[in-house]
Amino acid sequence: MSATTAAEQVPRHAGASPLLAVHDVTLRFGGLTSLDHVDLTVERGAILAVIGPNGAGKTSLFNCLTGVYTPQEGTIELTTDGATTQLVTGSARRRRSRKPHVVNRIGVARTFQNIRLFAALSAFDNVKIAAETRGRTGPIGAMLRLPNARANDASSDALTEELLDFVALRPMADEVASSLSYGVQRRLEIARALATLPRLLLLDEPAAGTNPTEKLELERLIRRINAERGVTVLLIEHDMRLVMSVADEVTVLNFGKVIARGRPAEVQRDPAVVQAYLGTANDE
Amino acid sequence: MSQVGGLPIRVKQSRKVDPRLVRLFGWLVLGALLRLMTVTTEGTSTNHLLVVDAAFKSTKLIGWLVAGFIMWVLTELWRARKIGALVTSRTTGVRRQWRTVADRALSRRAALLAVVVAAIVLPQFLSEFYQRVLVDQVAVFVLLAVGLNVVVGWAGLLDLGYVAFFAIGAYTCAYFTGALPVAPPFTLNPFVILPVAVVVCLVAGLLLGAPTLRLRGDYLAIVTLGFHEIVQLFLVNKNNWTGGNQGVSKPVPHFSINLFGIHYKWTLASLPYWYLFIGMLAIVVFLFSRLEHSKVGRSWTAVREDEVAAAANGVPTVKYKLMAFAIGASTSGLAGVLYASRLGYINPASFPVVLSISVLSYVIFGGMGSIIGVIAGSALLTFLPAVFQEQNIVRQEDIPMWIGAILVTMMLVRPQGLIPSRRRRRELRLASEGVADADAMSEAPEGRGTG
Repeated sequence: MSATTAAEQVPRHAGASPLLAVHDVTLRFGGLTSLDHVDLTVERGAILAVIGPNGAGKTSLFNCLTGVYTPQEGTIELTTDGATTQLVTGSARRRRSRKPHVVNRIGVARTFQNIRLFAALSAFDNVKIAAETRGRTGPIGAMLRLPNARANDASSDALTEELLDFVALRPMADEVASSLSYGVQRRLEIARALATLPRLLLLDEPAAGTNPTEKLELERLIRRINAERGVTVLLIEHDMRLVMSVADEVTVLNFGKVIARGRPAEVQRDPAVVQAYLGTANDE
Repeated sequence: MSQVGGLPIRVKQSRKVDPRLVRLFGWLVLGALLRLMTVTTEGTSTNHLLVVDAAFKSTKLIGWLVAGFIMWVLTELWRARKIGALVTSRTTGVRRQWRTVADRALSRRAALLAVVVAAIVLPQFLSEFYQRVLVDQVAVFVLLAVGLNVVVGWAGLLDLGYVAFFAIGAYTCAYFTGALPVAPPFTLNPFVILPVAVVVCLVAGLLLGAPTLRLRGDYLAIVTLGFHEIVQLFLVNKNNWTGGNQGVSKPVPHFSINLFGIHYKWTLASLPYWYLFIGMLAIVVFLFSRLEHSKVGRSWTAVREDEVAAAANGVPTVKYKLMAFAIGASTSGLAGVLYASRLGYINPASFPVVLSISVLSYVIFGGMGSIIGVIAGSALLTFLPAVFQEQNIVRQEDIPMWIGAILVTMMLVRPQGLIPSRRRRRELRLASEGVADADAMSEAPEGRGTG
């Protein structure tokens, strides 16, 4: 740990507990330690970036947060509306993560490194499926078209349209997801994640495979998600220019360990980071 | 011999055979094979090759070979003239117009009305034999297929124990009408048993589904197969409850209505039962088609296409899979009650595992995920054998072979099924392009926690 200095300066909502508190999380696969006593605090309203070389454990961290993996040690707490939820429960010997859909319901949405849209469905349906999970329509209600089911359907339609507008995909609403271009698919995946009305949005390499224009759009989009929709953003990204311009704070992982955290500019100058990551990245 | 990087590599120079000749050979072999399979002679214990002798040392072989040759000529002409592409390009306009007409809600309603009227009127002009086929085969299997379509076509779960729920429904009916050796606390009219059987099968589906639906694809198929085996063995071995292999001890009574001054008793006559069946089918199809285009149907699609992404976006995947399983099971149970009451007699042998596979093949043949396709497919494949049989088109024993041949041909020529759903067609195309998985059943999970 070398650049821990900035962590104390950043908190903006002093007193309130942070939105997400990852404490001492360790994840092992057999002999391989993917995450090694990782601490991470995400304050409400911030845009945070997690960077690190390939295999540093960034996506593993996301998978721990969303209930795909269960870390062997440590706690993950999410505080929304004054209520704190433990994302990893159980005793020290039998630990469990909350199921991915439960984590999503609590307020964490994510996108995937390799885009995972429902490829054969239209852009509209992709978003609508996520929007609908907030309603409480059951099979009976759906079969009989009870008033409740119809109201849910209408409100999901409205939310879907609003979000497609938000990511400027309204004209492509009826196109099949797989026929959209890569950058557009990325935006669609973000819209789908937003449709579950999250407090925290996890973006896994949103700029991968996009061209420079799309990167600029993405940068604006992330800022708008943060500012207009009030969603806290945690992103994994390799594109340093994007990270430097958009993130309030950067955490650097290497071999599962947090080696630095702080403001982007400070992290960039940190010798440990330069050695582990930026040195090689700048050469590219 | 040539040298690549110092290593001697033998480049095999194969003489090229004209692919047309290869295809001709294929057709001739197919003809000979069909001759062998349709030959009537049976082997004796001393001469096993009698069949081969009878098949190939007779003039009838020539007919099959000529038929193969004609097929070859036709297909080669088709290829050479690019008739397929020609037809496609010539009919583009017509088909587009057809699309717009077919997509219009009014024309859809008209088509639906026509089908319903045909289903009501046409059977009256059929012979008693065909009426019986319509009820005992077509109606039962269409209902089963519509239910299995929910499980396989929409939720993407491979269920090979589907007929077990059919049996549970039928035996529930037998139990509550007092047809089993074990006496029920009260006997019920089959109409009242319908919802009871639906609930029983729903519970059975949940009981089987809850521990097993975490499994995927092949594993789930094996477990459901085992479930079918358990149910059947229970029916066979629990003699004092089910009557064992002998089946029910008293005939299961027919349906009857005695309400609000309406008195009607269904009898052995087929036509009234046909109307009962299509009435039930209409209700089920109406409810299911609403389900398909609702939150539930979309969530099933999401689970089928990408379970990880569905869960990450708040879709409770296990809950929806369980729901599909239970809804499919209860449809099967519904069909079971109708079937038991219609036939009056059931035994464990009425529910062999091959029935599950038949229903599955009807669903795939008709077009997974499309209600209309599934109805058309199962109706066709159950009605066709009867036509073969009645009109003596092929020999009785060969009927399953011809049905099998139809299935194989269909899967080769039109894997998406008779009338595929649009989603399914897209999924298959994406799968063939390597973009996505066609069924999402065999895909490995993105790693569970190592807990």
